[in-house]
Amino acid sequence: MTNPQIEIQVIAAVVAIACAIPGVFLVLRKMALISDAISHSILPGLVLGFFLTHDLNSPILILLAAITGVITVILVEAIQRTGLVKEDTAIGLVFPALFSIGVILIAKNANDVHLDVDAVLLGELAFAPFDRLLISGIDLGPKSLWIMGVILLITITLVILFFKELKISTFDAGLSASLGISPLVMHYGLMSVSSVTVVGAFDAVGAILVVALMIAPAAAAYLLTSDLKKMLWLAIGFGVFSALLGYWVAHWLDASISGSMTTVLGLVFLFVYLFAPQKGWIAVLYRQKQQRTEVSLLTFLLHLNNHSEENERHINHLQEHINWQRVRSKTVLDLALKNNMITISNEIVSLTTKGKQFTELALEYILTNKDEKIEPMKDDFFLFRG
Amino acid sequence: MSLFDYFDQVFSDYTLRTITLGTAVLGAACGMLGSFAVLRKQSLLGDAISHAALPGIALAFLITGTKDTNLLLMGALISGLIGTFWIRGIIKKTHLKTDTALGLILSLFFGFGMLLLTFIQKQPNANQAGLDKYLFGQAATLVESDVTLMIFVTLMCALVLLLFWKEFKILLFDADFTKTLGFNTRFIDILITFFIVLAIVLGLQTVGVVLMSALLLAPAAAARQWTNRLSSMILLAALFGAFSGVFGTAISASQNNLSTGPVIVLVAAVFVLISFVFSPGRGLLFRELRFRQNRRDLQLKKTLQLMHSIAKTHDDISHPHAIRILNNFQGFTKRSLQKMEEKQWITLQQHHWSLTEKGYFAAENMFNETTHDESTN
Amino acid sequence: MMESQPAIQIDDLTVAYNYKPVLWDIDVTVPEGVLMAIVGPNGAGKSTLIKAILGIIDPIAGSVRVFGKPYKEQRRLVGYVPQKGSVDWDFPTTALDVVMMGTYGQLGWIKRPGSKQKKSALEALEKVGMLPFKNRQISQLSGGQQQRVFLARALVQDATVYLMDEPFQGVDATTEIAIINILKELRKRGKTVVVVHHDLQTVPEYFDWVTFLNVKKIATGPVKDIFNDDNLTKTYGINYKVAINN
Repeated sequence: MTNPQIEIQVIAAVVAIACAIPGVFLVLRKMALISDAISHSILPGLVLGFFLTHDLNSPILILLAAITGVITVILVEAIQRTGLVKEDTAIGLVFPALFSIGVILIAKNANDVHLDVDAVLLGELAFAPFDRLLISGIDLGPKSLWIMGVILLITITLVILFFKELKISTFDAGLSASLGISPLVMHYGLMSVSSVTVVGAFDAVGAILVVALMIAPAAAAYLLTSDLKKMLWLAIGFGVFSALLGYWVAHWLDASISGSMTTVLGLVFLFVYLFAPQKGWIAVLYRQKQQRTEVSLLTFLLHLNNHSEENERHINHLQEHINWQRVRSKTVLDLALKNNMITISNEIVSLTTKGKQFTELALEYILTNKDEKIEPMKDDFFLFRG
Repeated sequence: MSLFDYFDQVFSDYTLRTITLGTAVLGAACGMLGSFAVLRKQSLLGDAISHAALPGIALAFLITGTKDTNLLLMGALISGLIGTFWIRGIIKKTHLKTDTALGLILSLFFGFGMLLLTFIQKQPNANQAGLDKYLFGQAATLVESDVTLMIFVTLMCALVLLLFWKEFKILLFDADFTKTLGFNTRFIDILITFFIVLAIVLGLQTVGVVLMSALLLAPAAAARQWTNRLSSMILLAALFGAFSGVFGTAISASQNNLSTGPVIVLVAAVFVLISFVFSPGRGLLFRELRFRQNRRDLQLKKTLQLMHSIAKTHDDISHPHAIRILNNFQGFTKRSLQKMEEKQWITLQQHHWSLTEKGYFAAENMFNETTHDESTN
Repeated sequence: MMESQPAIQIDDLTVAYNYKPVLWDIDVTVPEGVLMAIVGPNGAGKSTLIKAILGIIDPIAGSVRVFGKPYKEQRRLVGYVPQKGSVDWDFPTTALDVVMMGTYGQLGWIKRPGSKQKKSALEALEKVGMLPFKNRQISQLSGGQQQRVFLARALVQDATVYLMDEPFQGVDATTEIAIINILKELRKRGKTVVVVHHDLQTVPEYFDWVTFLNVKKIATGPVKDIFNDDNLTKTYGINYKVAINN
C-alpha cells in the first residue's frame, strides 16, 4: 500500500463514520429523505460560496453551503404548511429546482469553477490526498481529512453531550417536550449537523452517494437492533467496512471509489435485509406463516369455547362454516391435538381443560388490549409451535 | 445561437423540429401521468424509480455492447421496476419506513449505476462515450425514431386514460369504495404504476435520471392550483409539461454546454412558483388578500354588535350615543367607523354615532347567520 | 324479496391485522328491514366488521352471506358509506362528481355515466339538501356537508342493504337529524341499514336493532330487548356510564 492509498482509505472511513451517525437519527425520525433534499440543494450554495472564496476547502464555503441546506429544510416545511401540495410533493419540488440551479451555474462558469458535473455526482476521493494542508511549509496531511475529521469530532462531541436529549426526542417527542427539551432545537440542530456533514462529505463522495452513506448503514443496523447505542455502533461498523472494501473493489475494477463504496453498502444492506435474524425478510416470512397458523388455532379454540352445540363442533364444520381450505384446517387440528388443546371423539371436537384455560386467558388479554402478553403466553402453553 | 434564432429555425430546421416535438410530447405525457403520481402521494417514488433506472442502462450496454436507445431504455425499465418492487418489499416486510426505503433504493441503485458507468468509461471500447447523457439529459441526441416512440407511448397512455378514466378517478379518490363496487383495484393500480414508470423511462434521454422526477411532479403541482376538476388539471399539467419541455430545450440549445434536464426543471419550477403565488383560487397572494378582507369585516361586525347591544337598551334604536363610550372596547378606528357609515349601518355626527335601521337588522341577522354557520361547520 | 333469508348473515367471522386478532368468531344475523347500530368502545373492531363484510379486508375465517348468497355474488345489493377520514378531500372533484361515483358499480368497466346517472345523482343531492352545493369543490364543504355528499353517493347506488361507517362523526345537529330522517325513510322502504355508531344516548331513539361488539360479539337483537345495563357493562366495562356521557 502506498501512502496516498492509506490516506484515501482513512478519509473514506472518516466520511463513512461522520455520515452514519446523523443518518441513524434521520432514519429513526423518518426523515431519511431530508438528507436527499439537503445533499442536492447545497449545490448552489457550494458554487456561490466558491465564487466568494475561490477555495473548495474553505470553512466559509462549507458554512455557506450548510446554511443553504438548512434553508432548504425551512423552505420545504414552509411549502408543506401552505397546504397547496401534499408533503412529499413539497420535497420533490424544492431540491431538483435548487440542484438544477447549481448544475447550470457550474456549466455556465465551467472555466472558473474547479468543479465538474462528474465531481458533483461522484466526488473526487481519488484526488483527495493531493490537496495538502500546509502550515508555514509543514505538510500536515490531506486537507479533506482535516475537514472531515473536525466535522466528525464535532458530531461525536454533540452526540455524547446530548445523547439523552437526542434519544428522548427521537423516541418520544411528547415526553421530551414536557421535559423541557425543545423539539424545534433538536430538529434544527440535527438538520444543521446533517447539512455540515453532507457538505463536508460532498467533496469526497458527491451529492447522491452521500445519501447512501447516511441511510444505508443506519437502515441495516435498524434491522438488527432497536437499541440506539448498538444501532450507532453497527451503523459505524457497516459504514467503515463498506468504505474499505469499496476502495479495494474500485481499485480492482479501476472504477469510481464512491460508486463502489455504495455498491458494497447495497450488498451489505441486501444481505441484512434477507437474513437479519428477527426482522429480515426470511425471518418475517417464516414468522408470518407461524403466526397465521397460530391465529387460526386461537380462532378455532375460541369457536369451540363459544359453541356448546355439537353440530358447530363437528370436524367438517371447519371446512364448511369457518371457510378454510382443507390443508389449513388439517394443520390447525394437528397443532391443537399435539398441544393437548382438544380431544376428538366421534368427529366431535371438544376443548380440554388446558385448551379452555389458554383460550380464556388469550381472550382476556385481547379484550383488555394487552396484546404484548400473548407471545409469552404462547411460550407457556405450546409444546409445539405452528 | 440565440433563443430567438431557435424559434426562428424551429419550423425550417429538421433536427430542431424533431427535438422540439419530442420534448413537447414528453412534457405532455409526464404532466398527464405526473398528475396521478401527485394525487396518489407517490411523488417521491418517481424520484427513486428514475435513479434506480441508471444501473439498468449501464448493464444493458455492458451486456449488448450497443447504444441502441430502445435496448438501453428496456434495461432502465427493468431495473426501475426491480427498484419499485424492492421498495414495496422493504415497506411491507420490515419496519423500515417509506422514506428510508425510497432513500435507500434511490442512492444504492444510483451508486451501483455510477460504478458501472465509470467502469465502462475505462473500457478500451470506442463505443462507450455518450452514456452519461442519461445523467442530466441531452435533448439534442433525440432522433426521429426516439420521437416516434414517444408519440406512440403518449398516445397509448392517452387512450388508456380515456378508456379507464372513470376507474382511475374513483380509485384515486376512494380506493375502498372502488373495491366494494366490484372493480379490480389491483389491476387499476398496476396499470397506473406501469404508465408512470414508462413515462419516467421515456424521459431519461431528454431529462436524465437525476432530475426526471421533477418533470413528473412540477407540471401537475402547478396545474392543481388553477382548477378543481381532475380533467382540467390533467390537461393543464400536460400543457405546462409541454411548454416546460419546449422552452427548456430551446434555452439549453441556445447555450453552449448546457444539459437539457436542469433547464427544463427550472422552467417547470417557474410555472410552479407562479401558480403558487398567483392562482386566483388557492394562490398565496389572493389567500392573503382574502384573509385581510375577512379580518377587516370581522372587526366591523364586532363593532356593530357592540353598538347593537348598546342601542338595544333604548326605545329608539337610532338614539345618538357618544363615540367615547366605545373607548372601553377595542377594535374600532376612525376609518372603520367611516366604513360603517358607508355601508349605511350608522350615521356619524361630530362625537356621536347612531345606529340606522339597516344597521340594526344587519346586526340581528348577523347573529342568526353565525349560528347557522357554526351549525354547518 | 326472499322472505326467509336474513339481509346479512355473518358466521364465525375472525379478522386479524398483522396477525393480531381484532374480531373473534363473530356470529351476527341482521334481519331484513331493520335499522341497526353497531356499538362498542374504541378499538372494538366496529369499522373492521363493516370492512370485512364488504370484502375490503380478507377475514382469516368465517363467511358473510347477503340474502343467502355469498357477498361477492350480491355486491350490487350492498351500498357503503365509508368513514369520512378515509378519503383525500383535497382531491380535485366536485360534490356532484362524487355522488356520480355511486353509479359506477352499475355501469361496470369502461362505460361512462350519462344523463340518466346524472339525473339520479342530482335527485340524491336534493334529498340530502346539497343541491345548491353540487358544483362545490369537496374540500370547500363543511364536515356535515361532506357527510351528506357521502350519503347521497350511497343513495345513488340504489342498494337493498346499506353499511355506514360512523356517518354521524363530526357533523352538526342539523345534519345529524337530516341523516337519521333519511335512514328512517330507507327503513320504511324496506331497506336494511347497518350503522357504526358512537353516541350511546341516541341508540334507543334512532335504531330498532343493535349489536354490541368488543372484539367478540357481546349481544345482538332488538334495541327494546337487549339495550340494557347488563350488555352495556359487558361491552364497555363498569364505567360505561362515563362512556355514555361522553
